[in-house]
Amino acid sequence: MAEDPLLTIEDLRVDFETTKGIVQAVRGVSFQVGREKLGIVGESGSGKSVTGRAILGLVPPPGRVAAKRLDFEGTDLLSADNRQMREIRGRRISMVMQDPKFSLNPVMKVGHQVAEAYRTHARVASGEAKRRAIEMLAAVRIRDPERVFEAYPHEVSGGMGQRVMIAMMLIPDPDLLIADEPTSALDVTVQLQILAILDDLVSERGMGLIFISHDLNLVASFCDRVMIMYAGQVMEILDARDLNQAKHPYTRGLLSCLPKIDGGHNDLAVLKRDPAWLEAKP
Amino acid sequence: MASGLDRATVVGDGSSSRLLPRPLAVFLRLVTTVALTFLGLLFVTFLIGRVVPIDPVLAAVGDRAPADVYERVRIELGLHLPLYQQFMIYVGKVLQGDLGTSVLTANTVVNDIKRVFPATLELASVATLLGVCLGVPMGVIAAVYQGRWPDQVIRVVGLLGYSVPVFWLGLVGLLLFYARLDWVPGPGRLDVFYDGLVDPVTGVLLIDSALVGEWEIFWNAAGHLVLPASILGYFSLAYIARMTRSFMLEQLRQEYITTARVKGVSEWRVIWKHALGNVWVPLVTVIALSYANLLEGSVLTEIVFAWPGIGFYLTQSLLNADMNAVLGATIVIGAVFIGVNILSDVLYRALDPRAR
Amino acid sequence: MSSVPESARNDLRSWLLSDTPVSRRQAWLGRIYLAWRAFTGNRLAMLGLGIVLTLILMAALAPWIAPYEPADPDLQSRLLPSSKAHWLGTDELGRDILSRILYGARLTLYVVVLVAIIAAPVGLLIGTAAGYSGGWLDVVLMRITDIFLAFPKLILALAFVSALGPGIENAIIAIAITSWPPYARIARAETITIRNSDFINAVRLQGAGSVRIIWSHVVPLCTSSLIVRVTLDMAGIILTAAGLGFLGLGAQPPLPEWGAMISSGRQFLLDQWWVATVPGIAIFIVSLGFNLLGDGLRDVLDPKNSER
Repeated sequence: MAEDPLLTIEDLRVDFETTKGIVQAVRGVSFQVGREKLGIVGESGSGKSVTGRAILGLVPPPGRVAAKRLDFEGTDLLSADNRQMREIRGRRISMVMQDPKFSLNPVMKVGHQVAEAYRTHARVASGEAKRRAIEMLAAVRIRDPERVFEAYPHEVSGGMGQRVMIAMMLIPDPDLLIADEPTSALDVTVQLQILAILDDLVSERGMGLIFISHDLNLVASFCDRVMIMYAGQVMEILDARDLNQAKHPYTRGLLSCLPKIDGGHNDLAVLKRDPAWLEAKP
Repeated sequence: MASGLDRATVVGDGSSSRLLPRPLAVFLRLVTTVALTFLGLLFVTFLIGRVVPIDPVLAAVGDRAPADVYERVRIELGLHLPLYQQFMIYVGKVLQGDLGTSVLTANTVVNDIKRVFPATLELASVATLLGVCLGVPMGVIAAVYQGRWPDQVIRVVGLLGYSVPVFWLGLVGLLLFYARLDWVPGPGRLDVFYDGLVDPVTGVLLIDSALVGEWEIFWNAAGHLVLPASILGYFSLAYIARMTRSFMLEQLRQEYITTARVKGVSEWRVIWKHALGNVWVPLVTVIALSYANLLEGSVLTEIVFAWPGIGFYLTQSLLNADMNAVLGATIVIGAVFIGVNILSDVLYRALDPRAR
Repeated sequence: MSSVPESARNDLRSWLLSDTPVSRRQAWLGRIYLAWRAFTGNRLAMLGLGIVLTLILMAALAPWIAPYEPADPDLQSRLLPSSKAHWLGTDELGRDILSRILYGARLTLYVVVLVAIIAAPVGLLIGTAAGYSGGWLDVVLMRITDIFLAFPKLILALAFVSALGPGIENAIIAIAITSWPPYARIARAETITIRNSDFINAVRLQGAGSVRIIWSHVVPLCTSSLIVRVTLDMAGIILTAAGLGFLGLGAQPPLPEWGAMISSGRQFLLDQWWVATVPGIAIFIVSLGFNLLGDGLRDVLDPKNSER
């Protein structure tokens, strides 16, 4: 990473106050992202999704976010007020979510939702916004963008919906994209298509990408760097090509759980969790 | 008041007939449901009419009539026929608009109801308008500020509306705003002075007086409308606010709301365009139901305010044992009730893009 | 329980809250304890419970705590305002309003309990039968339910009572007849959800007949939703009964039915306003109590439908 990082996070902590006590979802996470693809891998409950939302200031109450540093291109995201955050969201950082069945507004035409993403940050007439939206739909390789523009979310397939989502999130031309499990709700064949689109668009525009997933293989093949999370903490950060030389026992454990085509015929290993990994790091 | 969640699919759901195109199948199902329900209503009123311990023949001829007169009238009234045939005749009559004659007014019941119904419509419509204009924003605010004091206040207001008897509230309202504070005119639709001065074109005084430019009468009628419409409107508001809040809370939890926020859309737009846009679909059903409920509520309110609507007519007939009028009014109110229910189902389908 | 030593209380608590109960009784008591804790934490629900209990107490103890007989006219003391002798004043026949309210509580309770006892089992039976058998029985029963649901309750109750004649029993029957459809719907929805679950299949494999399955297994699972719904409906029943009373169609004079009291007090509204107003306040407080109680029960027993 030669240039300055886009996003710098130091000691991020997210707590949820529930009736059963305080749940620490994120416990002292630190990392940086530049114009590269960073994958965040972890199992359910590792805090990876919450980290993504904390960056955008969208952690729902009763969650509380705190950090030593949460900088984006010089702006302190922690102390930013609502108006500043609204200017950042969509325009400079945006997020693609998991399941278009739920993440798209069911009573609004799909094209209008994409156009809205554009008009929120650019004062243009609706005709111009529509033109841009159709352009963007074509950029995510939708074959009949005018027809899809007028469709409702329940009328499009999962893969198409996710493309719409990507179009919606990239149309304001942000610098950083967070993708929270973007392919987990899709069929395997469609997954690869969506990843290809993401890859092309992100590289073309020179954006940064944070790719959150539970699938280590997927992340390793797609991203430049990988960050492994467990129980709200970072276990290890390393280059994707160096994954096989991972040092942390949790990472090694994850790797050995994955079936390999050229692996032996022995039973797959089962990950043994060391309770020491749960302890908060200093 | 019944929760709107009871009224799910009066029309029925799902399995489309493969023989007919879908809109036609839905329409037919709608029509059969309406017909069956209305028939059921007629059956119930028919039974009630038969259960009356008064002998209708005696009521017609008097108890000193000779046996052959009694028998003749009995056959005239069709009472010698088997029950199901009597029912068929009854249904036939109703469908032709014959609801019998009122013993009290000596008019046909249908004419009586034509005369009084617009007054109730006027009251229920204004009350529902109040309920929607105030109730929807209140529900939205309560949901957005969930747990905080605006929510608590609005929930208390709603709760009171569920717990207070409407006729009592009307009485207290009259006592306070008419007798003690003199802010509103008294019972009735108009001051006695103005009675009968306006031609009943639609029956709705506000419209009729506006049509002929009689503004003095218009304002007088409006003044009389304020208190009863507010009382009924309060009930409508309580129900609508509660349901709006519930629907809004559900919508605000959904993922697409987060998507909108991620896009940087202003919170105002997120709430009032995105969330509320999804709330309108079930809310329209609720509003229609509220309207229907108000028709019921008007029965008691009209007595308190001497408002000459169908509720007043029903209770007067009741107190005078005018069974034809009672059953006739019951059928009309019941039919409107059923109609509004069906309408709300249709609206639901029309508004929800997923249901088309 | 403050006299019980701290350690014994903690033991009982941890036994109830244990994650691994060793007997059905322990599990069941544990769940009740958790539900109770959630319920008592809700202040409004406790207020509702308090009001309902007060109503029951008033009704039960009326003969002993009422200062006067409810039906005793005293024409010397007509229409008196609140005083030491008559805390809530007297009505147009000189009867003490406080005593009438206390005795009226009995009537209110009578109506509410009887309607619940009639309507809920009928609804439960129809709903479970429809949900469990499916097929044409389901369709027919649900059509009938829908038809009854589409009727205006008060109007039908009016027509019904007008035909049969006024009286508290007729009013109860009239209200019950229009109250059962929501229970049938709830029971049917729950039954359909449970109908194909594995444990029902297991019992069926063991040879249990349909009736036994419905009675021993399906019905208990419907009860919590039904209890919530019945409690919430009670306010509506009280208001409908009061409406009928107001029209003179409920309990007949000299019975101290609260709605009828409002009606007879109406002519004195302007100067002796308490005669009509006080019974309304009683109706209001009792309805409020049931609403709060029902809301609280719903939060505890049926959280997915709760409004929090």
